[in-house]
Amino acid sequence: MSPRPGFVLDVDRSTPPTLFWHGENYRLERLPVGSRVLYPPEPVAALTDPDGAVRQALVEPLGDSPPLPELLHAGMRLTICFDDISLPLPPMRRPDNRQRVIEAVLELAAEAGVDDVVLIAALALHRRMTDDELRHALGDRVFNAFAPNGLLLQHDAEDPSALVHVGTTDAGEDVEINKRAAESDLIVYVNINLVAMDGGWKSTATGLASYKSLRHHHNVRTMQHSKSFMDQHRSELHSSNWRMGKVIRDAGVKIFQIETTLNSDTFPSQFAFLQKREWEWSAKDRAAFLASSKALDRTPSRVARSIFHSIKAPHAMTSVQAGEVEAVHQRTTEKVYEQQLVPVEGQTDIVTMGLPYICPYNVNSVMNPILVACLGLGYFFNLYRGKPVVREGGVAILSHPTPWEFNPVHHPSYIDFFEQVLAETTDPLEIEAKFEEDFATDPWYIHLYRTSYAYHGVHPFYMWYWCAHALQHLGGVIIVGGDPKSVRRLGFKSASTLVDALEMASDIVGRSPTITHLHCPPLMIADVT
Amino acid sequence: MATIRQALAGKRVLVTGATGFLGTALVERLLRSVPDCEVVVLVREGKRTPAARRVQREILRNDCFDRLRRELGDGFDSTIERRLQVVAGDIGRDGLGLDDAGRAVLASCAVVIHSAAAVSFDSPLDAAVEVNLLGPTRVARAISDSGGSAHLIAVSTAYVAGNRRGDSPEALLPDTPFATEVAWQGEVDAARRAGADFDAASRSGDMLAKFQKDARSELGAAGSPLLASRTEKLRQDWVKQQLIDAGIARAQSLGWPDAYAYTKALGERALLQNRGDVPVTIVRPSIIESALAEPHEGWIRGFRMAEPVIISYGRGLLKEFPGIPEGVVDVIPVDLVVAAIIAVAARGPLADGPDVFQVASGGRNPLRYRRLVDLVRSYYQEHPLYDAEGQPIVVPEWSFPGRGRVQRQLQRASQALATGEKLISALPVRGKQAELSSKLEERRTQAERALGYVQLYGAYTETEAIFQVDRLVALWETLDADDQATFTFDPMAVDWEHYVHDVHLPSIVVHARVRTSAARREGLTREERGRKAVLAPERHLAAFDLENTLIASNVVESYSWLASRRLPADERVRFVFKTLREAPALLALDRKDRGDFLRHFYRRYEGAPAARLEKDAWELFSRLILTKSFPAGIRRVREHRALGHRTILITGALDFVVAPLRPLFDEIVAAGLGVDDRGLLTGELEKAPPTGEARALVMAAYAEAEGLELEQSVAYADSASDLPMLEAVGHPVAVNPEAKLATIARKRGWHVEQWAKTPGGPRPLLPLSPLSPPRDRIGSLGRASR
Repeated sequence: MSPRPGFVLDVDRSTPPTLFWHGENYRLERLPVGSRVLYPPEPVAALTDPDGAVRQALVEPLGDSPPLPELLHAGMRLTICFDDISLPLPPMRRPDNRQRVIEAVLELAAEAGVDDVVLIAALALHRRMTDDELRHALGDRVFNAFAPNGLLLQHDAEDPSALVHVGTTDAGEDVEINKRAAESDLIVYVNINLVAMDGGWKSTATGLASYKSLRHHHNVRTMQHSKSFMDQHRSELHSSNWRMGKVIRDAGVKIFQIETTLNSDTFPSQFAFLQKREWEWSAKDRAAFLASSKALDRTPSRVARSIFHSIKAPHAMTSVQAGEVEAVHQRTTEKVYEQQLVPVEGQTDIVTMGLPYICPYNVNSVMNPILVACLGLGYFFNLYRGKPVVREGGVAILSHPTPWEFNPVHHPSYIDFFEQVLAETTDPLEIEAKFEEDFATDPWYIHLYRTSYAYHGVHPFYMWYWCAHALQHLGGVIIVGGDPKSVRRLGFKSASTLVDALEMASDIVGRSPTITHLHCPPLMIADVT
Repeated sequence: MATIRQALAGKRVLVTGATGFLGTALVERLLRSVPDCEVVVLVREGKRTPAARRVQREILRNDCFDRLRRELGDGFDSTIERRLQVVAGDIGRDGLGLDDAGRAVLASCAVVIHSAAAVSFDSPLDAAVEVNLLGPTRVARAISDSGGSAHLIAVSTAYVAGNRRGDSPEALLPDTPFATEVAWQGEVDAARRAGADFDAASRSGDMLAKFQKDARSELGAAGSPLLASRTEKLRQDWVKQQLIDAGIARAQSLGWPDAYAYTKALGERALLQNRGDVPVTIVRPSIIESALAEPHEGWIRGFRMAEPVIISYGRGLLKEFPGIPEGVVDVIPVDLVVAAIIAVAARGPLADGPDVFQVASGGRNPLRYRRLVDLVRSYYQEHPLYDAEGQPIVVPEWSFPGRGRVQRQLQRASQALATGEKLISALPVRGKQAELSSKLEERRTQAERALGYVQLYGAYTETEAIFQVDRLVALWETLDADDQATFTFDPMAVDWEHYVHDVHLPSIVVHARVRTSAARREGLTREERGRKAVLAPERHLAAFDLENTLIASNVVESYSWLASRRLPADERVRFVFKTLREAPALLALDRKDRGDFLRHFYRRYEGAPAARLEKDAWELFSRLILTKSFPAGIRRVREHRALGHRTILITGALDFVVAPLRPLFDEIVAAGLGVDDRGLLTGELEKAPPTGEARALVMAAYAEAEGLELEQSVAYADSASDLPMLEAVGHPVAVNPEAKLATIARKRGWHVEQWAKTPGGPRPLLPLSPLSPPRDRIGSLGRASR
């Protein structure tokens, strides 16, 4: 039986309450009659033989690329780059897609007698991965073979000697990427394409780039002109990356792109109710919900967090394609859309979303208020194609505890951004003009990014820019159940219940607004017409 | 009869005690209201400030002179130059310490007003004797020795009458029937002997040991120079306190309320015996309070007797003050006293010998204690003071309790608070909890102060003497209408309700700088001001301690983490328990002497491979140090750097442990261990660790080498053992202070920061490194951990 597609439910009197994520917990909320709930499609079928599919993809490439074995020869420099800890979410059970693909690639390389092979985690300005995280993504065999010999590297965007300026796009954008990769005879880039934003030229042009290069598309203007960045053809973010990709390609850098997609099987069986439609909950699901949410109510958030962060998703590989970047990415995007697209008719006055405990930048860490804003207004808001789910001037209602908490190791510059920058202004353009450069070039943040496990000094700015499109579009943002102090610092309004939030929203959108709830995760993309 | 102005025209008037409350008013009034006289002030040379400079600073700049300055406009300076002469001298020395020129000036004076006194009711006995008892005699002798013929007006106090009941006449003490007869010379000798005796007693071994112990419990391991100077200060304070107690005891045994009245009374007697041919008039004011009208309503200088009591009541701190409701509180505005003295000066001496005037209100226009309390209470009900939260303070109902009951209550309260304080300071708390101890201390100080007020001033609300002012009134009646208008000193002029409500209380409330409105004060808060001061661009060096100032961790944790990094799983557990077992002993050693502790503890690194530790230290940095860091602290370091200040880290932690912090600091001064030729640590420090006073020295040396001034430097530290470093700089900051430092910081008005770990970070239970992969588990670190 093929999986059921995404679905738009109209709430009526008989509709059971709807599940809202709320950080390290979840709640059942009763939406007003007439509201809509968007449910993602059910998980699509997984590949029955993923390893076989990988091997096949490598020898049957897409686009004008020769099969991988033909690109490998003894004496060559081979660099295998792979997506970092931000993908997928939650981290998937072993074996990770990266492990499957890289093992297959290394097998071919060994057969071809390639002995200069280096692995690079394509961090861009993200934090370095710990040994445990690398081991999880790559598997013990790969890790043990490369790490002790110094052949498992993490991209260092602040090491001038490890960067090379490849060229400048016709729009004047610098392309500066990892030197080892750029100077290799071949880059094999291994992706996990959880959402439509990932992959394509963005893999190399962003994942292996430096601040000098990233600032051309990681800025307020670009984000305000990416509607949305989940839709490559209407995304200035992608246009810029594609221009950069052209420069990379024209400079003679050879890339063999491998992209994999996952189904939306996000939570293990004991949490199965989290990805079911409420009226289909079995007695067991209801019991699991009650037991777990009651238990979580009584659990300190620190403990709840470590429980959730230990979850490994049962995500399964649904496709793998390899070869020329753009051809591969086109197929990948189709696959992602197949899993995630939900057709929706018309926009609404209010969009509601329950934000979970995790976003791409807080794996094994607390979701700080800036990341709450980014997940809600950066990611969830942009989960659309065509038009945003909420109309211009409408209201977004986010549900999350939004504690004033930070991980001092991962997010040191976030703390200062929150305490100093947001205390002064929340306007993305003003922030960009006034503060970005200081944070981006700050030697202490650079030191922490390079030697510890810290996101780059400029990263919190990118999080805020990610919200720029939503901030420009929306008439108001309300966070339900958040720490009022942090919510105020973010420049949003704080409500203690959903009912209060809807009441507050009526000041902006009138007394009888239309409401749409994103029943997410699992992830979806609203195809709004 | 000539007017006052005419009588004093062309005459020179010398004033002693001109820097005091009454003296300042006298000088101002003479200059303003008697335009044809000259004024000479006898002022002691300051330690660093010459007498003339003191006159400028302490007399002429007082707001007492605002009116004269306004009236004279540009002519103020030239008038002062022409009419005011400064003579350096000292009442405490025979001959007043005058040089020939000074003596010549004294000889030329027609009037000498001696208003210098040790007015504090709790002066040490020996000081009170020197100034109050011998002072008037010295002045009289100096006048006759100079060959002059000045009329000496000696300001005394109405309370020389002692604890008598009933009328107290304006008569010389030997002529009053109730006055205690004491041979003043014997009292002088006894007081001087007491001073020497107490000093000797304070130097006994037992006492010195006690002072040392007290200094230690106050400052902790602050290093020997600081402890020594604190010990000496405690000794001197003790001697002083003994003399204060001795003064009160002696005075009360003879029927005076305190050493002030007692020494003043004997001073009068001594003067009468020693005045020679010098014509003398004694003026005895009662309790002098703020001005009724001159130079302006409510003018007051210094915080005097009744003010702290009245403010404490308004702040709700003093709930009861003993007193007899129908008793008279004899208060007299300062301008009335000044006018009376000037009138006496104008009148001149009597041919038939010394005479006495009392300037008091009790005999003619009495203010009863009940009335005063009602007036004060109704004032505060209408104009309440506000507490720190902006809430108005409700003043308690006054119950006129007996003195004994109040004293007992206050004593009990202060003892209970002292016990609580001791208890908390014995606990290893810091930051917010330590502030509790500091608050308890504040409450105890308040209780003790209240007790002090009751002991000191209780007698004044229980006085049943009525000071007669018949002679004063007679003098008043000789004045013409103009003089009466200009030099009001008739006590009837005071309308008590107006005086208390509209003159005195508004003035002292302003002086006390208490909150009088719920509104947030204008401008920056205390905290913001402190922060602004340390981050001022002109600062140029910021020194930081590490443990508990920038990170919530210590050398034991770092060691434990590093040592457990390469241990097999089973040994890790054993290791942890072993370390935990040793913790109390280590803590005790650390408290006693930081340097010894480090020396002892670092032995554990003996035999550890230096290169491996250097590498592991980077992981330690992310996993322990950053996790336990105070983001606000690190931000502060960076703020200093952004302002162009140098930053220096001074820590007893090991150099390789703090190496990853390098980019924050221009200079890191840390402990370093020796390395042998096999690349193993020796476990011995290469040089003395930077602890205690060594920190101050390191900082001073750095500042000197870099051409920086410590006065413009900032130091951040968390414990009393860092006092040398904090005291060395112009801008000390106590970070998360432990109880002792919290108390010290609050007393000295140091800026305090509460920096915390960020909530939401990882919080490992034990300082253990994560388990290494099997092939990295190469065993224990060094020798000691085996």
